[in-house]
Amino acid sequence: MWTVAKREIGSYFKSPIAFVIIGLFILLISIFFWPKLQASRGDFIDILGDMGFFLIFITPILTMKMLAEDRKNGTEVLLMTSPTSLTQIVLGKFIASYTVFLVISGISLIYPLIIMAFGGAFTTQLMGGYLGFLLLGGAFISIGILASAVTENQIIAAIISFVALIVMWVAHTLASTVGGVVGTILNWISLISRYQVFTKGILGFAEIVYLLSFTALILFLTVRLIERRRWIQG
Amino acid sequence: MIEILNLTKKYGQVVAVNNISFSVKKGEILGFLGPNGAGKSTTMNIITGYLPSTAGTVKVDGYDILTHPEEVKKRIGYLPEAPPLYKDMTVTEYLNFVSSLKKVPKKQQKGQIADIMELVGLSDHRRRLIDNLSKGYRQRVGLAQALVGNPEVLILDEPTVGLDPKQIIEIRRVIKALSQERTIILSSHILPEVSAICERIVIINKGVIAAEDTPQRLSDDINQFLKLTLLIAGEKDIIVNSIKTIDGVKYIEPSAKVGEKAYKYVLEAKKDIRNEVFFKMAEIKCPILESKPTTVTLEDIFISVVTKGTEVS
Repeated sequence: MWTVAKREIGSYFKSPIAFVIIGLFILLISIFFWPKLQASRGDFIDILGDMGFFLIFITPILTMKMLAEDRKNGTEVLLMTSPTSLTQIVLGKFIASYTVFLVISGISLIYPLIIMAFGGAFTTQLMGGYLGFLLLGGAFISIGILASAVTENQIIAAIISFVALIVMWVAHTLASTVGGVVGTILNWISLISRYQVFTKGILGFAEIVYLLSFTALILFLTVRLIERRRWIQG
Repeated sequence: MIEILNLTKKYGQVVAVNNISFSVKKGEILGFLGPNGAGKSTTMNIITGYLPSTAGTVKVDGYDILTHPEEVKKRIGYLPEAPPLYKDMTVTEYLNFVSSLKKVPKKQQKGQIADIMELVGLSDHRRRLIDNLSKGYRQRVGLAQALVGNPEVLILDEPTVGLDPKQIIEIRRVIKALSQERTIILSSHILPEVSAICERIVIINKGVIAAEDTPQRLSDDINQFLKLTLLIAGEKDIIVNSIKTIDGVKYIEPSAKVGEKAYKYVLEAKKDIRNEVFFKMAEIKCPILESKPTTVTLEDIFISVVTKGTEVS
């Protein structure tokens, strides 16, 4: 597991991909952060909400090559015929993507620090928000990993995960407009709705469990999907 | 060491491997021969646990691949048709990665990798990116990868494909050296290669085993017939008619004119009739200038087995 993760992390930073993602993310945050700084408003928690939205664009790029590339290059054979289980391989890939995500999250802490330098505070609300962000990242990455297990084409993998994440977002916006039972269901499904609870400053136990089990379920499905593909078409 | 029993693999409706059985003894080199699409790679993928079989069992060292995959995988080093390389890594990085993946104890890794690189001739290229290596060197990295963890069984799918003749000889030498203490299955469609290295051959065609024996016995089966190329001076019609009278002649045909009066003949007979031919020609005063037995190569066996589809037992 750690072997696979270590290799993938190395591979991220050997190609420009990790740097492009990090750069893109910082650029997006900065664009949103700048007006706030000018208006001297010290509520970074709103931006944390926006960061959840940016993840929709960044996760597909981050995860698209994970399993698809192995299949295309034939390195899948090496992984599958080694005495390392499929679950360990998938977890290794997840950890690698998540590590890059953690780097991004770490860098984003610069902004609250800037606010603090001007007399703001790193509130518990913000800490809760960050916890939510870390959980959301995990759930998004698991979706991306599942998408990259579906196809051997990286671009298609990226598009699939992008669409899936957009649907999540739309479900969330629809929920507030539709209302009623449908709205409740949509809200229940949508990861974004769950995440918004955190950015409102509530540390919801149900939300934490939901996001964690969502991630675990999707990774489990990824393993089953690869296993099934082996049996069916080989 | 390796036992394959009634192995079948279907891809949807297509039967890639149909009920094949064979076994490989410890320390043996088995040549796995067949035309493209015969089911060689599929069989190898099943033995190594990359693909599950549709029916039948594969056992390595007594462990079934389906029930004890990790025990089997620990014992096998596999070089697939396309070497599974991460091109963004250097040779050393890659082999380190494979070592960890195969759970080689940390302390042994360094020494083992150095030994393997020495053996396959990669020592001078250890710091190079795999992406920048030529095909021959990539193939060596692929072979090195299969050797990591010192597996008892090596499964090599067309190990010399894409190499230049000098590299082919070198890789063959490496494989031969490895065979001292290992069980090897080697697939190929290059026949001299198999006859040069392997002790036993399994020929597979359209998913079924067409023949199985030592290279020597396989060629004996076909060498029941004598094949001669003769160069005889004289009138060709007289010579042909005269030879036809010899008992056991299957086929005689003039092939090319050589010089003023001599012709080349191709002769096939059911038994050794070289003496009879000599005296017959002496009788009609047509001197035999040249006589050359045509030896049956593995190619002939291969073609005869694969095209006729007959069982050579």
